[in-house]
Amino acid sequence: MVCYLSGMSDSLTDADIRKVAKLSRLSVTESQVPAIRTQLSSILGHIAKLQALPTEGVEPMAHPMKIVNRLGADEPKACMPVEELLKNAPAVEDRYLAVPKVLGEGGGA
Amino acid sequence: MSTAENLSPSLVASAAKPLVEICADVRAGRTTARSRVDHFLARIAAHDGAIHAFNEVHADAARAAADAVDAQVKAGRGQDLPLAGAVIAIKDNIVMREGKTTCSSKMLANYRSPFDATVIERLRAAGAIFIGKTNLDEFAMGSSTENSAFGATRNPWDTARVPGGSSGGSAAAVAAGFCDASLGSDTGGSIRQPAALCGCVGFKPTYGRVSRYGLVAFGSSLDQIGPFAHSVADAALVYDAIVGRDELDSTSADAECAPLAAKVAEPLAKLRIGVPREYRSSANAPGVAAVLDRALDAAKALGAEIVDVDLPLTDIGISTYYVIAPAEASSNLARYDGIRYGHRAKLAPGEDLEALYSKSRAEGFGPEVQRRILLGTYVLSSGYYDAYYKRALQARRLIKEEFDRAFEKCDVVLGPTSPVVAFPFGGKSDPLSMYLCDVYTVNTNIAGIPGISFNGGFAEEGGVRLPVGLQLQAPAFAEETLLRAAAMLERACKS
Repeated sequence: MVCYLSGMSDSLTDADIRKVAKLSRLSVTESQVPAIRTQLSSILGHIAKLQALPTEGVEPMAHPMKIVNRLGADEPKACMPVEELLKNAPAVEDRYLAVPKVLGEGGGA
Repeated sequence: MSTAENLSPSLVASAAKPLVEICADVRAGRTTARSRVDHFLARIAAHDGAIHAFNEVHADAARAAADAVDAQVKAGRGQDLPLAGAVIAIKDNIVMREGKTTCSSKMLANYRSPFDATVIERLRAAGAIFIGKTNLDEFAMGSSTENSAFGATRNPWDTARVPGGSSGGSAAAVAAGFCDASLGSDTGGSIRQPAALCGCVGFKPTYGRVSRYGLVAFGSSLDQIGPFAHSVADAALVYDAIVGRDELDSTSADAECAPLAAKVAEPLAKLRIGVPREYRSSANAPGVAAVLDRALDAAKALGAEIVDVDLPLTDIGISTYYVIAPAEASSNLARYDGIRYGHRAKLAPGEDLEALYSKSRAEGFGPEVQRRILLGTYVLSSGYYDAYYKRALQARRLIKEEFDRAFEKCDVVLGPTSPVVAFPFGGKSDPLSMYLCDVYTVNTNIAGIPGISFNGGFAEEGGVRLPVGLQLQAPAFAEETLLRAAAMLERACKS
């Protein structure tokens, strides 16, 4: 999903908060929005220090270790019993996870 | 007995003897694992009401495990158990089959893991006994343990103050004498800072040293499990049992990991201690600065060379961390959707799957976790990714290179673990002011290097005597140097 927000941290709007909450799959009530905006603006204001850091030509470092993909031995192993895994599921039907209706009339979510 | 012990409040308990000797006593039958477990259970029953270090105490399982260890010793198989009878508490974000794993979150309030973390299997195989699960800031997000959905942990040195966080329960459990040692996790200081505030040792190994399999993920490129203990030597003994490559964690390092516990008492003949100018910040509480000065004098008296080093990006670490960690968290915590496990919201008629996700997450996560998910989602969103996330990853490389340069001039870097001592509950209610407490610890994780906090002395604040932690950092995989230097300074600071 593409998300274009209104501006940088100093101009974070209530609409931005609603948008980010939607992307985060967090339901936020209207009364919570101003407080969240104030807190995130304050944190982003501090984080804005990063903008002043000269980073031209610096290779981003996503991970502290030089990681090389390692292949595991391609051998079948016993997996965890389904019943064991479903013990934590909030709703189960037969041996499946139960969820609300996903497809609407038009085939969309 | 040192002055520290003479003046300890009754809720603080130091170890009777080194853990290596205790385990030798258990192996030799001079004491039993069962009597040790019974001792700790009695102490927990008497005092954990005042501390709340534990989310859950596994009394029956601990007694049964102790009996099993004692039976192994009787059967002559004690020599295989380096941690025979060692009683260990586990941060409640490390999964084990026994009891629940809640992450101190309403989201996982009833979660029971179907498997044991690798660290649990390794400790059990070494003869350790698990006494319970300790409280934390929800999903390890916080620096005070006030963010727990089940109520805060209190500092054994002063129950009006926080124990630090996020592993506050594990730190308080050691400080209060509820166990020999404990495990915590450290994403930006969550082992070292609570150790400092509770006056015990907290050790974060190099990223990849200890398997993360079974550690509930927060910031996967930053997270590392490590021990809390009464001394550097005790921490090393626990570390020896959990270190090493694990097929179940592809980021676990395939590096040499010879046992260190027997070596830590050997002083280093030559030790260059780097003290960054930036760690002598005016933001340090006066009592903290004084402890650092005394430690430097003690180190000089030991023959260590004190070297000035520069880590000018110390300050930018907070900004870098509070982009990278929430970004990774927003991705990792996407798994809590109310479908497979965890809290599921009740839907009104006609509400769809989308509502199920959003309501379950809003009900299950506390305010700080939601804040970090929102922040992480924001910095990763289209149009902001380059300005925040990519730039933070570039800062990350610069921070790592800055440490590399510092370690050309010194073997270890010394400074305060935290600029402040344990603060009163509610003392850092603004999220940003809480984040700023992590200034000396986050860059360790950003660079992936090891760090350890040990008690350097005490400071008086508000008429209360509170422990001050000092932190040593070393190059990646230089745990032997780090622990030997820490043991030297630990001794020097006590005398």
